[in-house]
Amino acid sequence: MSKDMMTGSDAVALGVKLAKPDLIFAYPITPQTHIVETLSEIAPSWGGRFINVESEFSAIASCLGAVSAGSRAFTATSSHGLLLMHEVLHWFVGARMPLVMVNANRAIGSPWNIWADQSDSLAQRDTGWLQIYCETCQEALDTVIQGYYISEKLLLPVMVMIDGFIISHTMEEVEVHEPQKVDAFLPPYAPQFKLDVDDPRSFGNAALPDDYYRMRKAIQRTFTSGFEVFRDCHNLFEDVFGTRYDLMEAYLCDDAETIFLVAGALTGTTRVAVDMMREKGMKVGLIKLRVFRPFPKHALQKVIAGHQDVIVLNRAVSYGAQGTLTQELRSAFYNVDDNPDIYDVIISLGGKEVFPEILMGVCEGIKADPAFKDEMIWV
Amino acid sequence: MNQIKKQVKHPLDDLLRIDRIPHIWCPGCGIGTAFSSSLIAMRESGIDLEKTVMVSGIGCSGRGAGYVNLDSYHTTHGRAIPFATGMKLANPELNVVVFSGDGDLFAIGGNHFIHAARRNVDLTVICVNNFNYGMTGGQVAATTPLTAKTTTTPVGNPDTPFNLPLLAYASGATYVARWTILHTRDLTESIEEALLNRGFSFVEVLSPCPVNYGRRNKENGIDSLKIYQDRTIIRNDAQPWELDIDFDRGIVLGKFIQTERPTCTDRYDNTCRPKEFIEGEKGLE
Repeated sequence: MSKDMMTGSDAVALGVKLAKPDLIFAYPITPQTHIVETLSEIAPSWGGRFINVESEFSAIASCLGAVSAGSRAFTATSSHGLLLMHEVLHWFVGARMPLVMVNANRAIGSPWNIWADQSDSLAQRDTGWLQIYCETCQEALDTVIQGYYISEKLLLPVMVMIDGFIISHTMEEVEVHEPQKVDAFLPPYAPQFKLDVDDPRSFGNAALPDDYYRMRKAIQRTFTSGFEVFRDCHNLFEDVFGTRYDLMEAYLCDDAETIFLVAGALTGTTRVAVDMMREKGMKVGLIKLRVFRPFPKHALQKVIAGHQDVIVLNRAVSYGAQGTLTQELRSAFYNVDDNPDIYDVIISLGGKEVFPEILMGVCEGIKADPAFKDEMIWV
Repeated sequence: MNQIKKQVKHPLDDLLRIDRIPHIWCPGCGIGTAFSSSLIAMRESGIDLEKTVMVSGIGCSGRGAGYVNLDSYHTTHGRAIPFATGMKLANPELNVVVFSGDGDLFAIGGNHFIHAARRNVDLTVICVNNFNYGMTGGQVAATTPLTAKTTTTPVGNPDTPFNLPLLAYASGATYVARWTILHTRDLTESIEEALLNRGFSFVEVLSPCPVNYGRRNKENGIDSLKIYQDRTIIRNDAQPWELDIDFDRGIVLGKFIQTERPTCTDRYDNTCRPKEFIEGEKGLE
């Protein structure tokens, strides 16, 4: 094992190199470009091919063709690129095809904005993609490798999120895994069904309502049982690489009166804020939501108790309703007797800066006036 | 002592949003020249600038819509032509100019280009072709020459680029020309003709990108201009299929197509709309 300094984009590219997809189709978009530039250079080194296609729509449709023919594939995008893929995102899930895609989280226009928030990926919530949010460059690398493991077991595509610029363009120390270890963790893709002239099949046909319903129900069943595959994945990853990942991470939550819930790189800032508040004697904790789909409802119910306040830090809004993460958490505690007060905080849209002091201010403000729990709080 | 220093004014200042200047284009970039030519042509052509709109997509050229002091719109990536189509059909008296790059118009927006040309929508499309995606850092485009180096083709582009005038002609454009930013006078005259041509008009402008394309292909801004001087041939009668960009054989410039055929709206009205609506609209004019 060796260590190196690299950006999140290069960490993703290294993860892809270790997973050795046969085909990579991508279209450049800020802030994802460094991922595809690096891959264009290194893909031939493991016998792969990189094709710079003419749009994101073409990228994801080409990936669908590649995996249907039995190849392992990869793509990366961001923001408007992800939105342009939307039709095929749904199709991937219905067709039960595995893929890992990295999305560099970026705001959506209009007006134009290239900085980080989570509106792009959270808007794909109902497509049926598994969604994992990363806090560090190391996690980005590791999650790409885990993504293939999970995706190929569940036959559902996995979207791995890194914050645009904050992770994609920032260098951190990263452990470079030995290829043999990755091979031990991730076997080659061996599809049960593929387009094969020696064993002809037809994919993508029309289904009558009863069959359609049955197939859709099967998707939901896979999500429900998918937690077992996540558990196996995390256990095996720990055995092979010595690093533990989970659906979510609870930090200083046991005796906390107030818990921040956050996904993505903002977790790092919140960690610092929680440490600062602890030093001042404030009883606060943090939940890092790593896996957003499937939503780890039971894991969250175990960690959060009724006497605690939860401040949800949203970087995407379901306009006319609530912050997207708030909706999910409130829904997870519906019909639970011992449910906490959940505060709906909208923070850092379009890359708006967040400092630990701001988070401390939010916590103090809520303590001072509990009526905030009935409002959408724009920080 | 009391002499007031005469403020020097650029002759195109009234067509620019001065508060947006300095622009973002790099030293040696050709977009500024293509943009100036477009503005001069707009003024010289005598079209009503109060009824002229500029539409851009994404990329370095896309900034054109932000700098022009006319009604303008900066659309999403690739959608300049459909946006312009909607605007032209909603308000047919507008002169609609699309000013965008090769990446925007011919990759992510390629389908829109061929269909707007097929329908002969009355638009003027000016494409600044700098052979790569300049704004995102120099990735391969649909126009990158074979074997040229870009950030996503580090050992050379394996794919053949589009011959844009051929594509425009084959799709049904009624005015097709190609110039470089070194041929400023021809370029300006050509854009003027394109503006006055009724129907889908297309002008390709070859333009250096020293920072992203040039740097990786050992071609600085001056080199590009030398290439435009030494390795171009003006042949207005050239056949569209002879217009592949080949720096060794020489690049053909000129006005290749100018023809007339009914526009999208002409055909639609004649075929589909009851006469009383058409007569009514004529009365309003």
